[in-house]
Amino acid sequence: MKKNRSLLLSGPYILWMLAFTLIPLGVVLYYALTDVETGKFTLNNMAQLLQYLPAFWRSICYSVVAALICLLIGYPVAYYMSRCGAVAQKFLYMLVMLPMCMSFLLRTMAWVGLLQDTGIINSLLSSIGLPTVEMIRTPGAVILGMVYNYLPYMILPLYSVICKIDRRLVEAAEDLGCNGPKVFSKVILPLSMPGILTGMTMVFVPAVSTFYISNKMGSTETILIGDIIERMFKQGDNANMGAALSLLLMVLVFVCTGIINRFGSDEEGSVIV
Amino acid sequence: MSKELIRLRDITMEFDGEKILDGINLYFNDKEFLTLLGPSGCGKTTTLRIIGGFLTPSSGDVLFDGKRMNDVPPYDRQVNTVFQRYALFPHLNVYENIAFGLRVAKLPKAEIQERVHEMLGIVGLKGYEHRRIESLSGGQQQRVAIARALVNRPKVLLLDEPLAALDLRLRKDMQNELKRIQQTLGITFIYVTHDQEEALSMSDTVVVMDKGRIQQIGKPEDIYNEPKNAFVADFIGESNILDGVMLEDYKVRFFGRTFKCLDAGFTPNEPVDVVIRPEDIDFVPPEEGHLVGTVTSVTFKGLNYDIIVDFRGFKWLIQTTDHQPEGATVGIRLNPEDIHVMHKSEYSGMFGDYSSYSAEYDELTEDADHEEE
Repeated sequence: MKKNRSLLLSGPYILWMLAFTLIPLGVVLYYALTDVETGKFTLNNMAQLLQYLPAFWRSICYSVVAALICLLIGYPVAYYMSRCGAVAQKFLYMLVMLPMCMSFLLRTMAWVGLLQDTGIINSLLSSIGLPTVEMIRTPGAVILGMVYNYLPYMILPLYSVICKIDRRLVEAAEDLGCNGPKVFSKVILPLSMPGILTGMTMVFVPAVSTFYISNKMGSTETILIGDIIERMFKQGDNANMGAALSLLLMVLVFVCTGIINRFGSDEEGSVIV
Repeated sequence: MSKELIRLRDITMEFDGEKILDGINLYFNDKEFLTLLGPSGCGKTTTLRIIGGFLTPSSGDVLFDGKRMNDVPPYDRQVNTVFQRYALFPHLNVYENIAFGLRVAKLPKAEIQERVHEMLGIVGLKGYEHRRIESLSGGQQQRVAIARALVNRPKVLLLDEPLAALDLRLRKDMQNELKRIQQTLGITFIYVTHDQEEALSMSDTVVVMDKGRIQQIGKPEDIYNEPKNAFVADFIGESNILDGVMLEDYKVRFFGRTFKCLDAGFTPNEPVDVVIRPEDIDFVPPEEGHLVGTVTSVTFKGLNYDIIVDFRGFKWLIQTTDHQPEGATVGIRLNPEDIHVMHKSEYSGMFGDYSSYSAEYDELTEDADHEEE
């Protein structure tokens, strides 16, 4: 009886998944395995994937670096938030959420305005007589864009996990001889592991497939796989190749999140992607 | 029971202008089992946390072996704590929880292993080394918490209501277990509880606290037999507390009659509180009684009956194995050793009248106590 009811309630979403996730996935698979000209079965697209490996590799490296930087910035913020009073916590939570309320495109364009050769920062530098710096079109700019856009996805899961750590465990550790740094390394850090893994995944997955950021803030040297896929569909008119790339990207994302989660396999928190 | 280990001198603790502890003076001897006993909010847990180093007193001194320890952090003190609801590390298994303090102290691996296994034997958890904490029952978690503290061989073990979360049967077993461990290892236990029976059955010394002050310190028998004021008399066991006048040494008057008693040293005609324990009272036929009253309620309690008897409008609780029907007229006799006289205190008149007695009353107050801190 109960089982039937829960099936009934989740029915709409299961139908939705079928219609708009599983079936399209089949379509992607079909496109990836057919020829762009003739529409016949071919492994040609798959064979050509090799030439895009550098872009794949670059996407993964940038995203991992971005996720690690997010962790380094986000952890202290999340920790600090969890130690604040209730009112301050709500305020800080809102501050973290605030950029997410702004359009993603607008946020990225704003960074372009700041960093470009004739942008705000360089104008300031030259107005006080300093030489201008090339900031836009560098890998650093792309990673900066990723960090800026995805930082909240790191802070929020960390914050919710750190908040739940029982204060008495800290006292217990102190009682058993731990000073401040040891309390952190032996109790707080291991117990935040589920949050760290979720945060890493939440930053890595969207960052690895992003396309707009490197398009606007990077150069041809920093082109990411997301940009190539976009181009395949919009300019190259080679949807079949684009489908093959998407498929490979999906597999890589699964592998990478699998690796991230492997770190926590002896911990309690396994992350569902 | 010889050497003094810890002394609290004029400890006062204030939170937001509210006095939680008010002039606590107390010392703890080597190998002693001392219990801080009192109702919710009496300051017993605060006292324990000051000894553990988790709180710094607003004023007064904490002395360990004569050295002032007020500002020494918990990790530099030679005490370990068994926390309320245990506070075990959920990310570590049983073995690693117990080994935690030894690993922090960077002891050799072989020694850690030996000491953890020794502790597992003492608390009866051999074979549970690799179990996860959440897979253990409350009683087993309790044992891990005790082992985790004791494995460090502290001079003093602090226990903060360690048995409060266990059911009655398990609590009794663990009481015996704790007492056995304390005697085997020869460690000072400082034990916090609101359960008077627990305090009386386990302790060498009981410290009764209320409103941030120590009400009485003594051996369990003394606390029970010679309560200092109405609060202690009421909190430790059941008591009928009456207004009386101490006419002269060994003579007290209440209910319009003069009784012989064993107390002396009061000023003549001093108003006093008279305590009569419910189990000390025996029924006699009405014509032989010092006092005659009417039974208004009878509750079967297993071991005995709780019988409420109305003596001229003042209701007494009498615990007896003699059944008396409701409405019966009964007489009682009071022997000199059944009567205990106390000086008047701020608690006079607040306790010891059973007019509003009901069988559920005990359980209600016990539930409220579990909410503590």
